[in-house]
Amino acid sequence: MATNNLYTKKVIEHFKKPHNYGKIRNPDGVGKVGNIICGDVMWLYIKVGKNKKGEEMLKDIKFETFGCVAALATSSVITDLAKGKTIQNALKVDKKQIVDSLGGLPPIKLHCSVLAADALAEAIYDYLSKNKRKITAELEEKHKRIEKEKDLINKRYKEWSGVEEKMHENG
Amino acid sequence: MVKIKKIYLDYAATTPVDPRVVRVMLPYFSEKFGNTMSLHGLGQEAKSALEESREVVADLIGAKPSEIFFTGSATESNNLALKGIAFANKKKGKHIIISSIEHPCVMESAKWLEKQGFEIMRLPADKYGLVNPDDVKNAIRKDTILVSVIHASHEIGTIEPIKEIGKICREKGVYFHTDASQSFGKIPIDVNKVNIDLLTASSHKMYGPKGAALLFIREGTKVEPILHGGGHESGLRSSTVNLPAIVGFTKACEIYKKERDKEAQRLIKLRDRLIKGVLAKIPNSHLNGHPTKRLPNNANFWFEFVEGESIIIQLDLLGVAVSTGSACSSAKLEPSHVLLAIGLKPQEAHGSLRLSLGRWTKESDINYVLKILPEIIKKLREISPFKHGYK
Repeated sequence: MATNNLYTKKVIEHFKKPHNYGKIRNPDGVGKVGNIICGDVMWLYIKVGKNKKGEEMLKDIKFETFGCVAALATSSVITDLAKGKTIQNALKVDKKQIVDSLGGLPPIKLHCSVLAADALAEAIYDYLSKNKRKITAELEEKHKRIEKEKDLINKRYKEWSGVEEKMHENG
Repeated sequence: MVKIKKIYLDYAATTPVDPRVVRVMLPYFSEKFGNTMSLHGLGQEAKSALEESREVVADLIGAKPSEIFFTGSATESNNLALKGIAFANKKKGKHIIISSIEHPCVMESAKWLEKQGFEIMRLPADKYGLVNPDDVKNAIRKDTILVSVIHASHEIGTIEPIKEIGKICREKGVYFHTDASQSFGKIPIDVNKVNIDLLTASSHKMYGPKGAALLFIREGTKVEPILHGGGHESGLRSSTVNLPAIVGFTKACEIYKKERDKEAQRLIKLRDRLIKGVLAKIPNSHLNGHPTKRLPNNANFWFEFVEGESIIIQLDLLGVAVSTGSACSSAKLEPSHVLLAIGLKPQEAHGSLRLSLGRWTKESDINYVLKILPEIIKKLREISPFKHGYK
């Protein structure tokens, strides 16, 4: 296989054949993170079901990503890491686990792993809040941080912000 | 196993050294290795080779040999042009005009000069990347000491109206510098037909080695050196002369002079085949830069709904080497300032791709790209959240 020294073999594998990409119709939760101005937009869809013990788990998970190789690879790998896990365990997937599963990322691309973890947390947050479930203080805090970061970027790039939804609809 | 092709379409980033260039360089490493400043035979032999090089290179742009100053890189030449003019002419004024689509080494030199108390004016470009000469005219003030506009864009290949700009600068008595790093060795330049006072050109963009470049400085132009030392290059650029690289640069100039017209025609044909093919085969694709006022070897596109780095790596995995914007910007996350300056939105700039052709580009290479690129874009669009409505 052809390689590229910028990225590990694992990253390239996920990039070439991403797992679980696409959209889930009528998802139970959606996490939308990233910003097109910075060049990475990640949308994560989840479908929630129950396992044998009756615990809520991620029955299905899919992503749509606009972004660089690292953004696509982290999107792909987080779907692998989270699929089939209970909500509680899925929330434990963090950036370190993502980076490790990919055999590392270039330092300048480490933020993509944060983005992927955020997308998952936001999708779960969306599901929990829509269904009026209890949200842990930790998840609430994370959600607030992500919202704050979105605000910051929107303010910084006023003239360009908010185009993602429009692009999604209009194509 | 499928054999992976190796196709280089990033000649704007750097070029391989022509084997004919390598051949003339070799003796200067271990036989004719003298220091041009030494008085002995070896030193004088080196000195002669240096001065002969100066004559050949000067002749190519219509300059006098004494107006050619060899440097180590285009970045160094551009730094010397901006900072050297600024510090030598600050009594006249501190106002410098550049365009908003310059290479980072001009942009950053200007930014640094701003910190030193100089005033920088950055002129806009239109949607093709063209700087309007009228804007230059209107921007020049009594205290303007330098206008610097790139000859042809390193990213989108647009050739600037430097003849008109040079004329205005001459009439107003302001020095005019042009960064010809991308155009030198591709399209003809005569520093007298165009009123250029300073010109930057680089060896490694035209099949010469890295480590050699030049700054043409018109006789009588006041420039302050930024490297001080043994007084090489008439005191303007102290540093032991990198003669193997300069001899190679010179040979590259000779080859270019002999082959230029035929080669430019050949490249334009290939370039246009690539541009037409991409725009026809890939929906929602656009050409960046001017359709005709562009370098013979540059094609730059933006593709809706996808991101440039992903396209690059997909192409790389299939054996094709290309760039987004300029190679220098690939480590940054912000979109290219050139693409933003021509009015692209960040998401559009992020989806841009530069393919630059060169001496060893064949028609079959272009055909191969036209075969694989539409598939790559299609696949990335399938993953993108922005494809809906497009399908």
